[in-house]
Amino acid sequence: MMKFLAQNRHTVQRLGFSAITLMAVVTVLPIVGTILFILFKGGSAISVEFLTGFPHDGMRAGGILPAIIGTLYLTIGTAIFSVPLGIAAAIYLAEYAKDNQWTRLIRIAIINLAGIPSVVYGLFGLGLFVLFLQFGTSILAASLTLSIMTLPVIISTSEEALRAVPQAFRTVSISLGATRWQTISRIILKEALPGILTGVILGLERAAGETAPILFTGAAFFLPRLPQSPFDATMALPYHLFVISTQVPEMPIQIQYGTALVLLVFVLTMNVIATVIRSRARARRQW
Amino acid sequence: MEKSLSWREFIITRLIQSSGYSAILFVALIFFFLLREGLPTLGEVDASSLLNIRWYPIENYFGILPLITGSLIVTLGATLIAVPFGIGTAVYISEIAPRWVREILKPLVELLGGLPSVVLGFLGILVLSPFLRVFLNLPTGLTAFTGSLLLGGIAVPTVVSVAEDALDSVPRAYREGAWALGATKWQTIWRVTLPAAKSGVLTAVMLGIGRAIGETMTVMMVTGNAPVLAVKLGSLFSPVRTMTATIAAEMGEVANGSTHYHVLFFIGMVLFIISLVVNVIASSVVFRAKKRAERILS
Repeated sequence: MMKFLAQNRHTVQRLGFSAITLMAVVTVLPIVGTILFILFKGGSAISVEFLTGFPHDGMRAGGILPAIIGTLYLTIGTAIFSVPLGIAAAIYLAEYAKDNQWTRLIRIAIINLAGIPSVVYGLFGLGLFVLFLQFGTSILAASLTLSIMTLPVIISTSEEALRAVPQAFRTVSISLGATRWQTISRIILKEALPGILTGVILGLERAAGETAPILFTGAAFFLPRLPQSPFDATMALPYHLFVISTQVPEMPIQIQYGTALVLLVFVLTMNVIATVIRSRARARRQW
Repeated sequence: MEKSLSWREFIITRLIQSSGYSAILFVALIFFFLLREGLPTLGEVDASSLLNIRWYPIENYFGILPLITGSLIVTLGATLIAVPFGIGTAVYISEIAPRWVREILKPLVELLGGLPSVVLGFLGILVLSPFLRVFLNLPTGLTAFTGSLLLGGIAVPTVVSVAEDALDSVPRAYREGAWALGATKWQTIWRVTLPAAKSGVLTAVMLGIGRAIGETMTVMMVTGNAPVLAVKLGSLFSPVRTMTATIAAEMGEVANGSTHYHVLFFIGMVLFIISLVVNVIASSVVFRAKKRAERILS
């Protein structure tokens, strides 16, 4: 057997490469298929009324405006908390932290934050923000929960972007008399901005598509009006899709596909923007 | 001027430092609140009925074994799918694909990672499960297997990106050495590159498993949600219910502070500990490998 393999090693290679290529195709095709399928099926549901109207007849007719606006609010709310905190944490790790036990502990904590199941974040948000701090089921509680969940993505991509800036930039800036913070805020952050932006958008993309963390912290089954303050609960696209595909009997399939399409476009747009920023920055980079 | 500058510098440095440490604070807070709401379970339900096979909260049956086996069987199925396809795709992207294909594939796989799980669950209900019911001739298409297939898809991007990183960081000299000795590219991949990237690939597998076991919405939507003990192979093709789905489905309907409420937090605690263990193992593998690499290179 071994002799056969050795003699026909080029045949083996050809077979092996074909198998691996096939695996990659099988992995990627469903992704493309899923997206095209939803675009195709949901396209006919999209109309001005669907995008700007309120649901009626037990959500079996009308539009999904409150869910769209709700997801927008949640994404912005998440950004308000997680972006400054995440970037600051990344700056600490990339520019200030020494390689010691504490830093290692921070890294382990970040890895663990990234691995905690989304529904456990929901429980945590319920325990801390909704009940203990008495924010109630609200946009505020849901945004805070989502922002802790997005932190690890923002921290690790931003740190990577900061570390990619060559050391010479720092040395030169400091040697010209700039303080450490001046160096970071005026030189390093500027150079690392595209990478940080990519990380931020990818993190927020995840937050926008999540359902489990907002189930008990801020999502509303149905609201006849738009939320008025951060202390109101809100409808949200992913939760709405969950509700109309499992909880509402005799739901018109058009509205389901339409909702899935809007959610997908929302998320894909963010993803494409992030990808474009990254590849353009890479092409333009001079160091 | 000088003085105010150094003060500003001091305050900013402290702010940045505390942001860095906040990650530790959050993990501690999460654990604390899970303990706070979950530990009362042990006083309200005795251990033997907690480890029972009957989950029927309305009549105070809180056996979490069916939920644990449900999670395990779905995760096992997902791992069996995600690991070979994930590593295969990573090998293809890093070792075989021409440059332009790589530039297309990488963002596409990343895109899969960003697809909301509720969308996959939705398609699972409408497309995949009716197909499987007819194709496999089952009484219902909402089974552990359906969940495994979709979860496999959800775990794949994690496996691909981590494994691809690991393969990418194998020094080019290793491959050149193998080629120079007359090995084919295929032999080089199997006997040099993959073994050299072993620890990173292992991390990829661990993180993929972690991703699968924690996934909530998709499994809740497609696995049928029947809390039965899943220990036979046939259980793969019948409805099951996972720990995550139980929390998500029932938390909205329980009274705060009730036994049921505490048990759901207890399950959350178990999930938290599982993810902690998986991630610590995954990161310690990387850490040890890095140390060894440093020793060899120095």
